[in-house]
Amino acid sequence: MNEAQRLVDLIPRLRRYARALVGDRATADDLVQDTLERAWAKLHLYRRGTDLRAWLFTVMHNVHVNRVRASRPTDTLEDEMPELAQRAAQGDGLLVRDLDRGIALLPAEQRAVLLLVTLEEMSYEQVARSLGIPIGTVMSRLSRAREKLRALMQGQPVTAKLKVVK
Amino acid sequence: MSEPRTSDISEADFQAYADGELPEARRSEVAAWLASHPEDAERIEAYRRIAEELRSGYQAVLHEPVPERLRRTVRRAGTRRAAMIAGWAILGAALGGIGGWQFHAMQPSVVMTSEAAGGLPRRAAVAHATYSPEVRHPVEVGADQEAHLVSWLSKRLGTQLRAPKLESVGYSLVGGRLLPGENGPVAHFMYQCSRGTRVTLYVRNDVASNRSTAFRYAREGNVDVYYWVDSKVGYAVSSGDISKDYLLNVANAAYQQLNPP
Repeated sequence: MNEAQRLVDLIPRLRRYARALVGDRATADDLVQDTLERAWAKLHLYRRGTDLRAWLFTVMHNVHVNRVRASRPTDTLEDEMPELAQRAAQGDGLLVRDLDRGIALLPAEQRAVLLLVTLEEMSYEQVARSLGIPIGTVMSRLSRAREKLRALMQGQPVTAKLKVVK
Repeated sequence: MSEPRTSDISEADFQAYADGELPEARRSEVAAWLASHPEDAERIEAYRRIAEELRSGYQAVLHEPVPERLRRTVRRAGTRRAAMIAGWAILGAALGGIGGWQFHAMQPSVVMTSEAAGGLPRRAAVAHATYSPEVRHPVEVGADQEAHLVSWLSKRLGTQLRAPKLESVGYSLVGGRLLPGENGPVAHFMYQCSRGTRVTLYVRNDVASNRSTAFRYAREGNVDVYYWVDSKVGYAVSSGDISKDYLLNVANAAYQQLNPP
């Protein structure tokens, strides 16, 4: 099977992860599209025979970080102007609202680790490779993310401010 | 078997246990610990529940039909890369003389396509990304000299330009500048809203295809661009920090004024 076909086959998984990562469907699909374009342009850097999925998630991670960074100056604009690449506290009605909201409140780096482990069911080692961080960091972020979510779902107050997206 | 001590079981063990990442021997040690420590057991159970809810909550996304635009990205990215390489080859060959003519004659459709669809939004987005973050020098000529700005840019582009009024959509003119384009000068107008977001209008008068196009949208990197071509004049309205929908309002307002029906 050629790489183009394998990329196409992995699109549903990229979409699922992106949806959980950024919230709304349109922004998530924009992220997937940017990822696919970049992946295609950088395909010569992918080593055949290695894990294409893990490599794609690395690409998506980098694209996402760049998008968030680029949109950051608009953070001060708040309500009137809708924003790009901002995790909206909504999930197309797919999820228990509390959990979805909880994920939105996690720091981005914890959210990425949690989603790769739970949603993608990657091993810690694959996560470490995908995100370019040590396994120890994977585990500490995972632990913090889970504790925060657990506290939130038990109704304990969460200190982070929830951004209202209209 | 004696029960393991608290210090023996690390936080990492609990996480790995929840994810089934522990080797069998260690697994049973943690299990033994959890059997006699309900609080920890409950915690691990909560982790598992979170994972399950996440998986079931997002399961449906896997079965949604993949939007055509994403499928196309993989195919189109391939052809676009080929078109880009061909485009550069043409440029190089054209500069190189005779050989260029032969190559050019072989590939006219590629030039047309990249010109009409690819070149304008890309260049407009680059200009937007270059100048819109400028604090001290966003423009060469300010809006206080609007009449001079417009007549100067009109003269350089060789066509009568107008700086549309965008107050109705919350943007006022900051000013403009002259830019080098692909084949000649380009006019660049900058607008700003009261919150400081900027929108730029890129105008060129050298669109080779000489063919009017419909109102179109492109995303170049982090910049959203709405553009259209009116015979030889190409217009592009760009923004990197307002929503695509809001930018559409702004671009529409500009379009209505620049291309009155």
